[in-house]
Amino acid sequence: MSSGVAVWFPIGVMIVGSAVVVGTMVSINRLLGPRGRDSAVKSEAFECGNPPSGGAWGRFSVRFYLTAILFLLFDVELVFLYPWAVALRDLGMFGFVEALVFIAVLAVGLIYAWRRGALDWT
Amino acid sequence: MNTLNLANLGFAWLPLLPLIAVAVGAAIILLVGVRLEDEDSAGLGILALGVLLVSFVCTLFTIGVNAEAFGGALLTDDYTAFFEIVIQAAAAISVALSLDYAADNGLAGAEYYSLVLFAVLGMMLMAAAGDLIIVFLGLETMSIAVYALAGFVRREARSSEAALKYFLLGAFSTGFLLYGIALIYGATGTVHLDGIRAAIVARAASQPYLELGVGLMVIGFGFKVAAAPFHAWTPDAYEGAPTPITAFMATGVKLAAFASFVRVFMIYLGPAAAQWSGVLWVLAALTMTVGNVVALVQDNIKRMLAYSAIAHAGYALVGMTAAGSAAAVLYYLVAYAFATLGAFAVVIVLERRATAGLRIADYRGLAQTRPGLAAAMTLFMLSLTGVPPLAGFVGKLYVFAAAVDSGHVPLVVIAVINSAISAYYYIGVIVAMYMQEGTPEIEPSGASPGVLIGVAIAALAVVLIGIAPTPYMNAARDAFAAAAGPPAQATAFAR
Amino acid sequence: MPAGLTLNHFVILSLALFLLGSICVLTRRNAIGILLGIELILNAANINYVAFAFFNPAAHYDGQVFAIFVIMLAAAEAVIGLAIVLAIYNHLRTIDVAANETLKG
Repeated sequence: MSSGVAVWFPIGVMIVGSAVVVGTMVSINRLLGPRGRDSAVKSEAFECGNPPSGGAWGRFSVRFYLTAILFLLFDVELVFLYPWAVALRDLGMFGFVEALVFIAVLAVGLIYAWRRGALDWT
Repeated sequence: MNTLNLANLGFAWLPLLPLIAVAVGAAIILLVGVRLEDEDSAGLGILALGVLLVSFVCTLFTIGVNAEAFGGALLTDDYTAFFEIVIQAAAAISVALSLDYAADNGLAGAEYYSLVLFAVLGMMLMAAAGDLIIVFLGLETMSIAVYALAGFVRREARSSEAALKYFLLGAFSTGFLLYGIALIYGATGTVHLDGIRAAIVARAASQPYLELGVGLMVIGFGFKVAAAPFHAWTPDAYEGAPTPITAFMATGVKLAAFASFVRVFMIYLGPAAAQWSGVLWVLAALTMTVGNVVALVQDNIKRMLAYSAIAHAGYALVGMTAAGSAAAVLYYLVAYAFATLGAFAVVIVLERRATAGLRIADYRGLAQTRPGLAAAMTLFMLSLTGVPPLAGFVGKLYVFAAAVDSGHVPLVVIAVINSAISAYYYIGVIVAMYMQEGTPEIEPSGASPGVLIGVAIAALAVVLIGIAPTPYMNAARDAFAAAAGPPAQATAFAR
Repeated sequence: MPAGLTLNHFVILSLALFLLGSICVLTRRNAIGILLGIELILNAANINYVAFAFFNPAAHYDGQVFAIFVIMLAAAEAVIGLAIVLAIYNHLRTIDVAANETLKG
């Protein structure tokens, strides 16, 4: 671990580098792109190339919300599996069985959500 | 690669069985009940009672086994067993009160009863916690389940509103508790309660972090036990929640919060008592006074009982200012829990949809229409006031005596004055029942067997624990002694 | 870890986050805004846990483990909070906490 300003040098390089890359991309776009043709189509909201349907502030089905909540819960539970995976060899069979119990508890939650119909779209 | 051998895992499995039983039971109810109609939820309630009974039997086997599990993260001593039994009893009575209430109100049984059991799991974890991670984990397991239960009647805006207020303030207070634990961890370098005590005794803890951390933890626990000035959520949450859940919140949640509060502070932060006993003194005085004075002007019985719950947290805090032993606090909490459960059971009998039957005025003439119920309610009110020979009186006696022994005479004077004030609103209910003419539109209908059994058990407990307090007080003493460890360690923190 | 960064830097950062979160909770009237403030407080505590664990060689991994639990519980808390907010919205068509005035006292 060296001292002083030197340790910050890589961060400085990264900041300068990213500024250069972003600046280049934006200015190349300016230089090469066609200009002066603002049309009604061009100022529309962009939806992956499809014709836009409705405004960006429209309401979404409440079902997205339920899906998002389920995703959030099960996604975050994964955080426990990373340290377990790293230490798997040291923990041995006991750790393996404990992780299985953990996953079984998650499975109970998933089965419940499934049977409750939270995974059905209609 | 090791082979799996349950006997070689380095800890005893037996003391964990009460917790495992509740967790497995909750999962089973969730999966079995998900396809049932909401009107058929009473069967799931009976199943929940069965799970609590199994857990209780498991707890009975752990009495006298002072073990620890997971490297000291869980302490399964008699202190844990004491609170496990009281929490199981409070939960069982709450479930009994729910049997018809949940079915009548169309509450989804699978979620309702499994959430109650998950909350019980969190409460038991809090009582058993041997490190601050488990304190936090148990607190959150309990709180998240109870937030959902408070808002369970989705048809009513009041219920959702109660849940929102409880949730926002509860989550805020959890943040304080968590930050306090972080600072204590920074001060002592460990989250194990044993290690924290050792660091404080060895004067190895960094003082500013420790003091700030302890202060933030007092705020966090203060919220959960509903101590003033952190009580703002209590009346709203208690009023809006479904009444059996209100009973559960007023007893189970408070018991668990005090179980953790007492163990962490009086035993493991005991050597640093100089930094928190003064704060608790002020908190106790404020909580009693605010609770009792504001209860005087309530005309809704659920709100009145909410402020009464705040006041009783204050009396329990009086017991926590006593150095040395918290056995009086343990006894007091049991006495309080049964009287409160009983009172809420009576409330459920008179309650009608859309808040009718919840005014204290609705209790007029109950002595004529339902003499048995009126007599039981009288018992609960008198016990909460502290009239001999009921449990509440003996509890106050023990708590006040312990505080006087520690030289907190002014605080006990405040407490006695407060008890006198509280008599006014408790006896107001009795006067309404016996000496005022009834309002015919609030005719109490036939109560369900579950509720009546709940009333009977609570009434019996209030009388029995009051008339023959010695075995219960001895159990409380043994429990606290088991948690405080061998006398050699105990001397390090006494006074 | 660059030299010059000490435990104090992290504690001060964490304290600043904690205070910002508290101010957010106390001044916002929108339930989601309050929830954001609570998340800030939890993450402030997390910075403390990880920093204390890193700078105290005797502290083992307690702090890191605690941080993982906090991340998980913060998510669970956010989920239940959003569900309650949605229930309130269905009744009142607003999530302004000042609009919740049915319960008084």
